[in-house]
Amino acid sequence: MSSETLPYTVKPHPVTAMYSGKFGTWLFLASEVMLFGALFSSYVLLRVGAPAEGPGHWLSHHETHLSWKIGGFNTLVLIISSVTMVMAWASLKMGSLQKARLYLIITAVLAVLFVIIKLSLEYIPHIKDGLVPSHSNFFALYYTMTGLHALHIIGGVVVIAYFIGPGAKLYHKDPEYYTNRIECTGLYWHFVDLVWIFLFPVLYLL
Amino acid sequence: MAEAHDISKHIKLYIGVFIALAVFTVITVLASTIEAGIATHVVVALVIACIKGGLVAAIFMHLKWEKTAVLWLVFGICAILFVVLMAIPSLTVNDLPPQAHMGTWG
Repeated sequence: MSSETLPYTVKPHPVTAMYSGKFGTWLFLASEVMLFGALFSSYVLLRVGAPAEGPGHWLSHHETHLSWKIGGFNTLVLIISSVTMVMAWASLKMGSLQKARLYLIITAVLAVLFVIIKLSLEYIPHIKDGLVPSHSNFFALYYTMTGLHALHIIGGVVVIAYFIGPGAKLYHKDPEYYTNRIECTGLYWHFVDLVWIFLFPVLYLL
Repeated sequence: MAEAHDISKHIKLYIGVFIALAVFTVITVLASTIEAGIATHVVVALVIACIKGGLVAAIFMHLKWEKTAVLWLVFGICAILFVVLMAIPSLTVNDLPPQAHMGTWG
């Protein structure tokens, strides 16, 4: 859709004082805070309510078999991907689609790496060991929270791939509109990184 | 081009934030190995996570440069609702019988 048919894709809207895509993205992220917030709230409720020992006790690190090394490495992967994402936007602001595309490709590769590590070193070995969601409250929450987060990562990869490929045509028609769309994608991507920043200590360290 | 000059300044900031986030991740891991009560660990881990999250939101998500009132209204409502969500466990836990029944969930 061209910028003529959709208003305020580049110029700020008179009410919100920002282009509409950005405001819409922020509203979406506010709903995402509530979604993940509800899950964090459930975590607090179940953890605080769990008995100290015996059936239904909260699992210790020894029992969860979650490695902080894998979680920490994945944290670094996501932090680096956030830097490359913001660098893609900065490259577009400086007029280089080629550099922006390169940064977007690195971001997508890092995102795929995150999911591969999560699946191959955590989910699959855990499931083989019988540590499935029905095992305990910890694993029910662990799979729900990290699974939902992983779905967000996969969704982000699809959007980034679109802007590396067919979506990049927009740059030649309206570079500012394309740059704004990358900024909105970046807002989403940094939010996904932000959620992991809280998930890592909560699930792997505490 | 003035904007390109500003962006090149931003890039230095992005690299600085990346280093800070990496250092804070290491500190979070190191802090979790120190002998202390669970309450201390929770406070330390969440304070560091809040600092890291604040850096991502302020710099990567450009909130540092956002002056729009309506956006801050959205954040305000969102922040209040988030606090309510986090408070729900402590507001409702007294409605429940002693913790024994929680064990049957696990």
